[in-house]
Amino acid sequence: MPAILSVRDVRKAYENGFEALKRVNLEIEQGEILAFLGPNGAGKTTLISTICGITLPTEGQITVGGFDTQVDFRSARNLIGLVPQEINLEPFETVLNTVRFSRGLFGKPRNDVLIEEILKKLSLWDKRKARISELSGGMKRRVLIAKALSHEPKVLFLDEPTAGVDVELRKDMWEVVAELKAAGVTIILTTHYIEEAEAIADRIGVIRRGEILLVEDKQTLMAQMGQKILQVQLTAPLSEVPASLAAYDLSVGDDGQSLVYSYDTQAERTGITALLNAIAQAGLVLADVQTRQSSLEEIFVGLVHEEEKAA
Amino acid sequence: MNWHGVLAIYRFEMARFWRTLLQSFLSPVLSTSLYFVVFGSAIGSRIQEVEGIEYGAFIVPGLIMLSVMTQGISNASFGIYFPKFLGTIYELLSAPVDHREIVLGYVGAAATKSMFIGVVILATAALFVDLPVAHPSAMILFMVLTSLSFALMGFIIGIWARSFEQLQLVPLLVVTPLVFLGGAFYSISMLPPIWQSVTLFNPVVYLISGFRWSFFGAADVPVLFSLIAIGGFTVLCLAVIAWIFKSGWRIRS
Repeated sequence: MPAILSVRDVRKAYENGFEALKRVNLEIEQGEILAFLGPNGAGKTTLISTICGITLPTEGQITVGGFDTQVDFRSARNLIGLVPQEINLEPFETVLNTVRFSRGLFGKPRNDVLIEEILKKLSLWDKRKARISELSGGMKRRVLIAKALSHEPKVLFLDEPTAGVDVELRKDMWEVVAELKAAGVTIILTTHYIEEAEAIADRIGVIRRGEILLVEDKQTLMAQMGQKILQVQLTAPLSEVPASLAAYDLSVGDDGQSLVYSYDTQAERTGITALLNAIAQAGLVLADVQTRQSSLEEIFVGLVHEEEKAA
Repeated sequence: MNWHGVLAIYRFEMARFWRTLLQSFLSPVLSTSLYFVVFGSAIGSRIQEVEGIEYGAFIVPGLIMLSVMTQGISNASFGIYFPKFLGTIYELLSAPVDHREIVLGYVGAAATKSMFIGVVILATAALFVDLPVAHPSAMILFMVLTSLSFALMGFIIGIWARSFEQLQLVPLLVVTPLVFLGGAFYSISMLPPIWQSVTLFNPVVYLISGFRWSFFGAADVPVLFSLIAIGGFTVLCLAVIAWIFKSGWRIRS
């Protein structure tokens, strides 16, 4: 399937010499959800702004649905919906008119049925006649999402959509994202919440200092880069790792009654069999054994630190 | 052409006008009435006639022009500056609209508002003095062209401005003095010869003169010059706007 979004060798440099994007390449297939992770100032918002036409790339080419975003900007932008990071809304206008405006701006004829459906889905219907200035922060963010959905985009950008919102809205938003994905909409989101990426994304991209460090299938990423942790629960407490087990990279668990061992799932030998034998020989009695995969957060922190060291 | 987009911008801008309708309507009525009290009655009682026209009626075209120009500028400059200030301009920049459509929407709405105010002043003035309109179609043409060209200028100011203070600067320091010195309240033939020559460098003179001609059939400068002046000014503003969008100056980094 051809990519719905293609970013080729895109560079963005400002007049002051700051290079916000350094030859970024990216291909996104229709219907997938890609989450971008990265520290503040990594270039996530610049990348989105450059794709959407808010800023112009210094070099490179971007196509959306096969349309060049500069040569055939009208066809490209018709396909794009954007929920910006900042809550930018005209405070004196009503919710309904604000959302209708977005649909018209994107060249679509008025469709009250669709707007009603969107507002109801986002729990905004009761507030449709309220002025934006009367709404809470969470409600305003819902309005931004409604505006982006009002013109039925095929590619939706969500720039930190759940920053500073309550759990309820976050859950609602995840549901909306799932529905959109089911309808074939491609979603690109940036987030600080790694659990958000872990929960809804198909692929994860990590961006840092204007460079995409990796874009990988979420499961593959977690399997490839994930460390597994083996926690051996003992029947009696212990204060330190016995000397006979010094050869293994062990630590005493927080509860003071377990040994913690981390191992690479991709390694030829995990060393688990030998470790368990050694524990038995040391005279320790096992009460329970647990394993868990490291979270995306641990992978992300590890990856960014690794890059920092390399730099 | 994205006509839905143009209409969306136009409607959104007009909604701001309807929200403050009382202020939009009362303010020109009040200021026109005050001008009549001060210029028409107090001063006018001593001047009587200018070029055979009752002074109260003579100042009406200048009064209308003053409002149409300043309102055209302030409405258009505010219209495009406010989204920049609020950050809502992101939507305009990421929408499938080109610069012609953006300008049509914003400038069209600003020109509509300033024409509305021009008509309100005209109606208010008609309550105070007899107002013959010698060339109605020319009057409409001058009002439409003036409101459009000054709204275009306002649009440029709105893009240029980085603060509300700057937004007020050009209308306050440039446009209002030019209008007051452009024969809004007098005929330039009343000036000493040297100032008559100097004042011909003021572009507003040509607009007010042409507009006054459409009422009374008498003008300070030939009507053709007036049409050339307003046409030239419109083309200049359009050229500047075309450059702004091509370069992305102060709107797209």
